[in-house]
Amino acid sequence: MARSRLVSAEAELDIGRVRADFPILERTVHGQPLVYLDNAASSQKPAVVIDAVRDYYQTHHSNVHRGAHALSVEATDAYEAARGAVASHMGAGSPSELVFVRGATEALNLVATAWGGANLGPGDRVVLTKMEHHSNLVPWQLLAARTGAELSFIDVTPDGELDLDDYRRLLRHRTKLVGVTHVSNGLGTINPVEEIVRLAHDAGALCLVDGAQAMPHMTVDVQAIGCDFYAFSGHKMCGPTGIGGLWSRREILDDMPPYQGGGEMISEVRLEGSTWADVPQKFEAGTPNVAGAVGLGAAVGYLQGLGIEAIEAWEDYVSQYARRRLDEVVGLRVYGPRTGRTGVFSFTYADIHAHDLATILDQQGIAIRAGHHCNQPLMDHLGVDATARASFYLYNTPAEVDALIEGLQIAASIFRLDT
Amino acid sequence: MDETSQNGRPIDRSVPSSLYQLFQEVILDHYRRPRNKSPIEDATHRITLNNPLCGDVVEVVLVVENDRIANVGFGGKGCSISMASASMMTHQLMGKTLAEATELTSRFTEMLHGDPDAAEDETLGDLRALAGVSKFPVRIKCALLCWNCLDELIEPESA
Repeated sequence: MARSRLVSAEAELDIGRVRADFPILERTVHGQPLVYLDNAASSQKPAVVIDAVRDYYQTHHSNVHRGAHALSVEATDAYEAARGAVASHMGAGSPSELVFVRGATEALNLVATAWGGANLGPGDRVVLTKMEHHSNLVPWQLLAARTGAELSFIDVTPDGELDLDDYRRLLRHRTKLVGVTHVSNGLGTINPVEEIVRLAHDAGALCLVDGAQAMPHMTVDVQAIGCDFYAFSGHKMCGPTGIGGLWSRREILDDMPPYQGGGEMISEVRLEGSTWADVPQKFEAGTPNVAGAVGLGAAVGYLQGLGIEAIEAWEDYVSQYARRRLDEVVGLRVYGPRTGRTGVFSFTYADIHAHDLATILDQQGIAIRAGHHCNQPLMDHLGVDATARASFYLYNTPAEVDALIEGLQIAASIFRLDT
Repeated sequence: MDETSQNGRPIDRSVPSSLYQLFQEVILDHYRRPRNKSPIEDATHRITLNNPLCGDVVEVVLVVENDRIANVGFGGKGCSISMASASMMTHQLMGKTLAEATELTSRFTEMLHGDPDAAEDETLGDLRALAGVSKFPVRIKCALLCWNCLDELIEPESA
């Protein structure tokens, strides 16, 4: 983590050029320049990603892995080149360890269904946390209902951090898998995944990490983390929607049964039964999202070109400024830890409901999210009904933080708050 | 790229008047001092609906006697629009027949969909303050949540 490089942040990332890379940032919303602060939900796309998708469709498109003609070869090469680029970006040992899926949600469902279905039975325990996104909770609830496996949840402290003592206690039971988010989508907390993985392995359990909120913002090295599964979405990291990945170790993927059946994933099909293709194709039934993968490959190339450390340093710089300005607003409360966090700020402001805040800010061109952020159990745990969430990314600026603060002042005036 | 979007935005930004129309004094008053926000023990009708997208939850309880609403209350949590709508709805429903309540629901719904005549209809009382919601399509469901409760409760009766 480059948390101590604030001073040079501005020098390392040419923010004017970065912003020029994102065509959508030139548009207005309700007559105001767009201030896009809903990046934890989905990021915007640089021109290189949009161009890569268009170029793929204009020049190379065909179905992949059929190989009977030139376009099919080109499409397959582009698809597999993207797999190689993304796999290497996240420290995978081999491209074959990266399964392309629709997004983190599908990756997590794949693990729950294919691995969980084969490895979990009555009384087996899956340890999750109280801060999981619904996508790393509901698939396990469905699995538990099918198999009789039991779920337990690591407690979250009032500061929004995982209670590791509680985790150690939970691991005393017969735990087969630990599932944890790398970064909380509601609070921005960066969880100590290396330690969580180590403790899981000591207890004989595998460990699944949901990296949807981490991959866009920091260097992720799955081998250094030591986890067994790592899930992420492309659209939160400058890539297209409908593409994401599941990384796992080769021997685990080899042992898992398929997730869905169909074309692509078979070796031989007979009426009485079939055999499966090797990984990763075994988990990629049907025609894949080739254009999405190509776009994701371009997104990874774009982020690497800027430098992940430079992006981290810039985001840290803007986020610390945002935190300082938000803390100055009387009656505003930011949830989550003060340090060890990303630029995701969930907050409440006096008695103004988050949904009303979002409407007022939207009229000023400022996009935030309001609600429970697919984090309902966490919000219940923290005792809040709904929060407003401003989440930052590499193209956001201190000036946009100022716009948010001004927008909040207007909300205070509309709601006749005594300020 | 233009200077404005790179360096922020013009300092002198006007707030759309539609926002002030949306969050009128009377709406904030019902939000902060809701009327009839109480559980009614002897209710004859009771239902809770939620909006999973934003987390709003509204419960509506009725005491119906001889096809007339003898008492009405609400509960729940949510934004100013959903809470004010529920508060004003209960105020307006008190003592109405079920047929009148159904008529009120359709007038209110028409108003939210931008019908200028409905927005002038005196039978809606304070509820007319919610006419501004029609300019904010994503907020219409907030204003309608408590009315959907009412609809579910009395539809079988009036059908």
